Amino acid sequence: MVFLQLFWSFLKIGLFTFGGGYAMIALIQSEVTVSHHWLTPQEFTDILAVSQMTPGPVGINTATYTGYTAVLNAGYEPWQAVLGALLASGAVILLPVVLMLLAVIFLQRTKGNKDIDNIFALLRKVVVGLIAAAALQLLTADSFGQPGLTLQFLLSLCLFAAVFILSLRRVSPILLILASGLVGLIVYSL
Amino acid sequence: MVENCLTRKMVKYCELFYSFFKIGTFTIGGGYAMIPLMEQELVDRRRWLDREEFLNQLALSQSMPGVLAVNMATGLGYRLRGLPGAVAATAGNIVMPIVFIIVLAMLFRHFRHIEAVEHFFMGVRPAVVALIAAPVFRLAQSARIGWSTCWIPILAALLIWLFDVSPILVILTAVVAGFLYGRIKK
Repeated sequence: MVFLQLFWSFLKIGLFTFGGGYAMIALIQSEVTVSHHWLTPQEFTDILAVSQMTPGPVGINTATYTGYTAVLNAGYEPWQAVLGALLASGAVILLPVVLMLLAVIFLQRTKGNKDIDNIFALLRKVVVGLIAAAALQLLTADSFGQPGLTLQFLLSLCLFAAVFILSLRRVSPILLILASGLVGLIVYSL
Repeated sequence: MVENCLTRKMVKYCELFYSFFKIGTFTIGGGYAMIPLMEQELVDRRRWLDREEFLNQLALSQSMPGVLAVNMATGLGYRLRGLPGAVAATAGNIVMPIVFIIVLAMLFRHFRHIEAVEHFFMGVRPAVVALIAAPVFRLAQSARIGWSTCWIPILAALLIWLFDVSPILVILTAVVAGFLYGRIKK
């Protein structure tokens, strides 16, 4: 049952993601932690961290990892979870791949029309909001610790600010994630 | 299209697979990090296509649903060698990431509750949120968002964040609104 739901969810996620993997995060988040409760918000953040640290498209990595964890959390065996991982990543690219092929064929024959240009001009702006929503939904005690004058909360705010600024200056994400992890490891273990 | 393919240097399927395999396997940071590498490999090194066609495909990939890197691989693969080319490029792009993640997911379960790993991830979590927030500002420029249009992404973000509106509904609304706006403007 979880397999069918997983396939259907990721089929939808693939079809409705505009703007790449980061925009996909908001959709996966709403399907996986809000609609179905397959993962806890904290598990989801950990998956995002791993997906950004490992090579490959973030959307594929997140789908693969989420598929694996969701099936395992539903009480299945690890080999069935591997199937879940393959199913989720297959489902997420299935419709976009078909649409992309049709689009390339179509565009190679005709010029873009005005209606389509207008739709995409607005979509490009909305997509930016979608990515912002994904970040806003992660502003939780799971990621930052309980608000207050605690070590975890204050350190989390500092790490957030530092990574935000350095990322805008195009410092590599893997470097930033590893450095933040090391800071956490050292400070919290003291 | 057909003439285009014939005048073009015949690209071998295995070379196409290998090029995308390399890019998929060694690029960290997702689709946006892959774009410059694809450009370097396909346009500058292999000379399979010119920069203009590459940018056309990039615009199309960003406008179509799906994972950006996969859209690029599918579109470029098709342009270079038709349907089998699209399959070779797409498969090459995602095969290693999927294997990596499955192995990692299996291992991570066992490491998760070690105290040092928990401390590491307590540091990582706020960093991940920042890494998602930062591209918002980079992308706002390329989407040509200015003072008169900044309410659009803000409204979309608030609807999803505060009112639990499904992102899918927001996108569908934007499709209809963009279409109607274009028609009324005329």
